[in-house]
Amino acid sequence: MSKNNEKISSARILQIINTVIRHKLFIPIAFLVSLLLLNVFINPGFLRITLGKDSAGNPVLIGNLINILSNATELVILAIGMTLVTASSKGQDISVGAAVAIVGGVIMRVLCGNETQPSTLHAPVLLALLLGCLAGMACGAFNGMLVSRFQIQPMVATLILFTAGRSIASMAMGGLKPKAASAFGCYGNFIPGFPVPTPILITIAMIAMTCVILKKTNLGLYTKAVGINDKAASLNGLHPKRIKFLTFIIMGFCVGIAGFVQASRVQTVNPYTIVPSIEMDVILAVALGGNSLGGGKFSIKGSIIGAYTIQTLTSMLTTLNVNTNAVPVFKAVIILILVAIQTPMVSSLFHNKSSRVLISGRKERG
Amino acid sequence: MQKKVLKMRGIYKSFPGVKALQNVDFTLHEGEIHALMGENGAGKSTLIKVLTGVYTKDAGEVYIDEADRPVHIKSPQEAQKHGISTVYQEITLCPNLTVAENLFIGRTDELFVNWKKNNQLAETILKSLGIPAKPAQQLSSCSIAVQQMVAIARAVDMECKVLILDEPTSSLDDQEVLKLFDLMRELKARNVGIIFVTHFLEQVYALCDKITVLRNGELVGEYLIKDLPKIELVAKMMGKELGDLANIHNNAREEALSKSEAVIEATALSSSSGIRPFDFTAYKGEVTGFAGLLGSGRSECVRAIFGADRVTKGRLKIKGETVAISSPIKAMRKGVGYLSEDRKRDGIIGDLSIRDNIILALQVMNGFFKPFTKAQAQAFAEEYIRLLGIKTASADTPISSLSGGNQQKVILARWLLTHPDYLILDEPTRGIDIGTKVEIQKLVLKLASEGMSITFISSEIEEMLRTCSRLIIMRDLYVVGELTGDDLSQDRIMYTIAGGENQNVKKQ
Repeated sequence: MSKNNEKISSARILQIINTVIRHKLFIPIAFLVSLLLLNVFINPGFLRITLGKDSAGNPVLIGNLINILSNATELVILAIGMTLVTASSKGQDISVGAAVAIVGGVIMRVLCGNETQPSTLHAPVLLALLLGCLAGMACGAFNGMLVSRFQIQPMVATLILFTAGRSIASMAMGGLKPKAASAFGCYGNFIPGFPVPTPILITIAMIAMTCVILKKTNLGLYTKAVGINDKAASLNGLHPKRIKFLTFIIMGFCVGIAGFVQASRVQTVNPYTIVPSIEMDVILAVALGGNSLGGGKFSIKGSIIGAYTIQTLTSMLTTLNVNTNAVPVFKAVIILILVAIQTPMVSSLFHNKSSRVLISGRKERG
Repeated sequence: MQKKVLKMRGIYKSFPGVKALQNVDFTLHEGEIHALMGENGAGKSTLIKVLTGVYTKDAGEVYIDEADRPVHIKSPQEAQKHGISTVYQEITLCPNLTVAENLFIGRTDELFVNWKKNNQLAETILKSLGIPAKPAQQLSSCSIAVQQMVAIARAVDMECKVLILDEPTSSLDDQEVLKLFDLMRELKARNVGIIFVTHFLEQVYALCDKITVLRNGELVGEYLIKDLPKIELVAKMMGKELGDLANIHNNAREEALSKSEAVIEATALSSSSGIRPFDFTAYKGEVTGFAGLLGSGRSECVRAIFGADRVTKGRLKIKGETVAISSPIKAMRKGVGYLSEDRKRDGIIGDLSIRDNIILALQVMNGFFKPFTKAQAQAFAEEYIRLLGIKTASADTPISSLSGGNQQKVILARWLLTHPDYLILDEPTRGIDIGTKVEIQKLVLKLASEGMSITFISSEIEEMLRTCSRLIIMRDLYVVGELTGDDLSQDRIMYTIAGGENQNVKKQ
């Protein structure tokens, strides 16, 4: 009797394991966790976070995790926007890197005017942020108009800004490479006296804002409906074009915030090298999160996890002292494995195995 | 005794939450037309998909040509090699390719393709089957009926021992159906075994030799057509007597409707779809219908009222108020609902859950900033799942995994939830089983008796006669007549379609 009970409970455990494995965020989370464990294995002190002091004597948190969380900020924020764009328009915005450069350029111009190394800020930072966001949203509006109004494929439409963006950024700064006063640095680094890096706080704020918007509006439902079947969506009273346009505007806002943080990190912007090929990392984050790049259903949680996974990978390769030139190769190999795991072929293999275990568990019970 | 070309034994297949097939046997002889019958969700399509390798069966064996060893069919291509061709209910060709490309794609192992030769070949095939399409025409530019016929032509043209026709007639008009039947008889004479899946009882009795009935994924039995009267077949499919169907009758017909208020008044309305200006009035509590051949403009009329096509001319009054309907949302806000003709293309949001599909229209009316809470949405969904008897494991199931009839019920629920004053049902019963059809017809009459004005469009004239109290007859995008009262008979409709004049005659 008791043996029988044991079998039942083991079958139930198997069932729970099965549901966990089948959860759509299982693979993204499992991969992030195993990557972190690998880091701990390589460097036992990986998870350690200490309270240190920076050169000015202010308390700051120091540790690998803190670095990853802080450095992933741009990626996470852009991944949120990219997820929505992907879901609604069934394509990706490849101009985000160039758009970040434009935002950076605008912010620098606002803060520095025509000087190269002003000792004070020429305008309030809030104004710079506002204009930066507007610049980002203008980029989004441009892309969104091409995609929704003229029905150009997203990747082709955004190729235009991808090509021109960094030059536009350079022009926005009047061809100069100004460095803003160090007071501007606190948004990309630390607010004096507060030990948590500001980018982490900004990330948290952005994620919270996204949660609220998804909860308090129908953005999620509308985006999914339009992405899955825009004809049916329009017969249900939706305006697919407007919704696609809206997601590009949101993407633009995300670009604005990301550009602001990036510009503040070193208080200067080199439009040609700022966030190099970040668009690919962002798209990858969306894919790693288990989202279909063909649009439709989406999970922003997944994309955020994907973004942190990529950042962890990048920083791991850096700490391993992998030759800078060789980093992309390692990254590519690991990404290949990750993407392969998530293909329907491999996952059906996975599921068959786990359901077979379940069936054999049931048979034993019977 | 004729040779067995196909033998399926003890087939099992389950999906998460659903046992689609349980211990199903099926046998097909050569030169036999074998009907596979059952209600929606009975497992017909699943059995076909298992046979053609679209799904992997959980258990069971498939034998071909009286062989001793079972074959394992893992893909449609393999099924093809075994001589099994299929034409599915939904068009499964490539709309962006030409007709000839669709006929020949994937059928050659050669490296180079001689398209010129193929086009000529295609022309011969199309001509011999009387299909009105050109080889170089892009498939998407053909009507659904022609696309379906191209799909059949493709299947027929391949060397096949077993031809599966899954609801091939659901989008064909009567003439096209007859043409298809000729073709099937021709193939039967050539010893092809045909599996015919359909909901049309008349077609089964006109054509088939044997019937296999499935219910809830289980085998009910295999019968010779002469041993199984229609009424018994229906009883076996539903597990109950048909009687219901005959009892449906529109009582509203006798009531004086002229006194009640007009919900919809369209004057010389025309739209970008090319529909000729038409007048139409719908009264409270009345069931109206648009009848006509496929492509006569039935759908285009109602789409103009709903704002699904751009209205170019004319005036529309809803409940006495002149309105400009420039998009569906405006019509919805005025209390108009529209269940679209093509369920797969214009109706369902495939990957979304049943719950999201049900609440969608009301949610959109409610506005962007007022989402329902999860509990509210769940309550709506559960209410209508129960009300319409939607067969599903939960409201979280994606709608695409439901059977056709249940999908249709979900879309119906979506519009009922908006509590419209005027509901347009465009082919709500296409491709769904007789039980659900009866349910939907009854529901239409019930809603009308509660004061809703309904427009019901169907390719089956009997169905329209049962439900509608007034029919607008259409031909070639013109309204050619309007029938009420004693004029509502099949003969009168045929006569009007054939001989009515190109104007809004008999406006009374």
